[in-house]
Amino acid sequence: MNLLGLAWRSLVNRRFAVILTVCTIALSIGLLVLVEQLRSEVRQGFYRSVSGVDLIVGGRTAPVQLLLYSVFGIGDATNDISWQTYTELEDLPEVEWAIPMALGDSHRSFRVLGTSTAFFRHYRFGDGEALALASGQVFDDLFDVVVGAQVARQLGYEVGDRIVLAHGTGNVSLQGHDDHPFTITGILAPTGTPVDQQLYVSLAAHRAIHIGWERGVQMPGSAIDPDRARAEAEALTPTSVTAIMLGLTTRAAVFGLQRRINEYREEALSAIMPGITLQQLWRITGLAEQVLRVVAGLVVLAGLLGMLTVLLATLGERRREMAILRANGARPWQIAGLLVFEAGLIAAAGIVLGVLLAILVQLAAAPWLLANFGLHVGLSWPAPWQLGVLGLIFLAGLLVALVPALMAYQRTLADGMQVRT
Amino acid sequence: MSMLLNIEDLRFSWPGDTRPVLAMDSLALTAGEKVFMFGPSGSGKSTLLALIGGLVRPQAGRILFQAQDLTALGGARRDRIRAEHLGVIFQQFNLLPWLDLKANVMLPCRFSRARAARAGDVGAAAQNLLGAMGLDPVLWGRRADRLSVGQQQRVAAARALIGRPALILADEPTSALDHDRRQDFLDLLFGQVEAAGSTLLFVSHDRELAGRFDRAVDLTELNQAGVAA
Repeated sequence: MNLLGLAWRSLVNRRFAVILTVCTIALSIGLLVLVEQLRSEVRQGFYRSVSGVDLIVGGRTAPVQLLLYSVFGIGDATNDISWQTYTELEDLPEVEWAIPMALGDSHRSFRVLGTSTAFFRHYRFGDGEALALASGQVFDDLFDVVVGAQVARQLGYEVGDRIVLAHGTGNVSLQGHDDHPFTITGILAPTGTPVDQQLYVSLAAHRAIHIGWERGVQMPGSAIDPDRARAEAEALTPTSVTAIMLGLTTRAAVFGLQRRINEYREEALSAIMPGITLQQLWRITGLAEQVLRVVAGLVVLAGLLGMLTVLLATLGERRREMAILRANGARPWQIAGLLVFEAGLIAAAGIVLGVLLAILVQLAAAPWLLANFGLHVGLSWPAPWQLGVLGLIFLAGLLVALVPALMAYQRTLADGMQVRT
Repeated sequence: MSMLLNIEDLRFSWPGDTRPVLAMDSLALTAGEKVFMFGPSGSGKSTLLALIGGLVRPQAGRILFQAQDLTALGGARRDRIRAEHLGVIFQQFNLLPWLDLKANVMLPCRFSRARAARAGDVGAAAQNLLGAMGLDPVLWGRRADRLSVGQQQRVAAARALIGRPALILADEPTSALDHDRRQDFLDLLFGQVEAAGSTLLFVSHDRELAGRFDRAVDLTELNQAGVAA
């Protein structure tokens, strides 16, 4: 008995209404899946950037704020840390490595990070991956700069190009200068973290920019002499840094060191564990996510009600069809089953299309998120629990179809064999 | 001649309605005969056909179909008997508009394996019947709603006949046809009913047709309830 073939052909006959219904459900499912996927992917992306860092230290501030401005370039630092404190922390026995971070400069809206070569040696992201150079080498000279993968890609930079750095973090429009003092010595391989969105200079260079060689423009009345600048740079001990990333010899030392830094007497400091601070951040954004979830859930409900509407609307005109089937031997449950099967097919098609839609939007949004936030959003299938939710939505679709199915069942019994139109 | 259908002391009223629609002491059909039943609208013919088809159950009486009492059987058994042994032709709107002719004719075989088995190669049987009912092979693959009413009625007859059911119930199948087409339709229907060895119960308000049948009965006389259905 090929009842399903009949149901299929009946659906094809009403393809416009059916396709529209499938689209409605697909859109609602797409929204639901997308909200969840982006939520978990964005979280994953944030976590990737700090997965190798045990502590981040900055001037006394709120943990979330410190994390956002030090790693993600969101917001500005309120307090710096003295160089003295940096060297003390670096020398602690439980500190394996320390990466100084001096912020405040930019190049064509990308952040410039003043740091030491420890950054290239010790920074880890994702599953403990180390930074790698796609080409060139790390900075050595005062006027050397290393650029992140996304910076190089978007601005079309290659090793050997000379660029101008600007004080401040605005997108400064620069006058034409033939005299570009910074040379790109290296380009980092892509990481899918904010590392790709930054340029890296030595702390001395960072300091140099701040004492008057902004934009590499010569000081009024005095010609710049690179050699003199280099000689002076030797003497340029940084006075402060914005933040410090710490890696410890053993993770067990994290809590003790965090407490000691927070209670540091010489200076008001904040030390945060990035993973824990991210959790705090998610608690803050959690309410908005809940609202999004509820909205997406309501849209799915609207999609299912739309399907119910279409099924009920066609029930009247299909009464004749059902009487014909009945006269030719169809049982009432088979006729009710046709409707449930139809709803199942519509719901299943809507769910599959919706998931595809969500994946397509993710694919489309990934470059944008990477370019604007340095967030690597991977393609991912819905998690098992999400598949469970989709399964429940499918079941809800079948349940919704029981309404017209029961009506059809009762009508076929009441109509008898008569084709009433 | 063996008895195919035997109705005894039948009483029926629709749910929620105390007045009987049908009150019939006896009606008997023998296998292979072609019976004309005069039944104008309001005579209870739709109810009678639904009872014979096993779609509804009477309050009293027996409907013996091939010596089986339909009134004693459950809905599923009656559905199976209908699928297996009955062919039905309505006044109009017989076909599923979105199926082609051949698929429409094959429809009863989807609901009964026994009927499909009797038909043998169902597709070939459908084509034979369509051809026998005078439908051009170029039409067989067309959607049913592309045909004229006369053509549709012939497809409906072919469908009723597939798998050689024991009983063909025809409910005013010619009333939508003009006089000439009516005669043509009857010629073709009779030919195939005889070929299949089926019994034909043909209900109509048009007494003119009665002469061509083995015998004629008058539902208005048989039905003592005499109320509008």
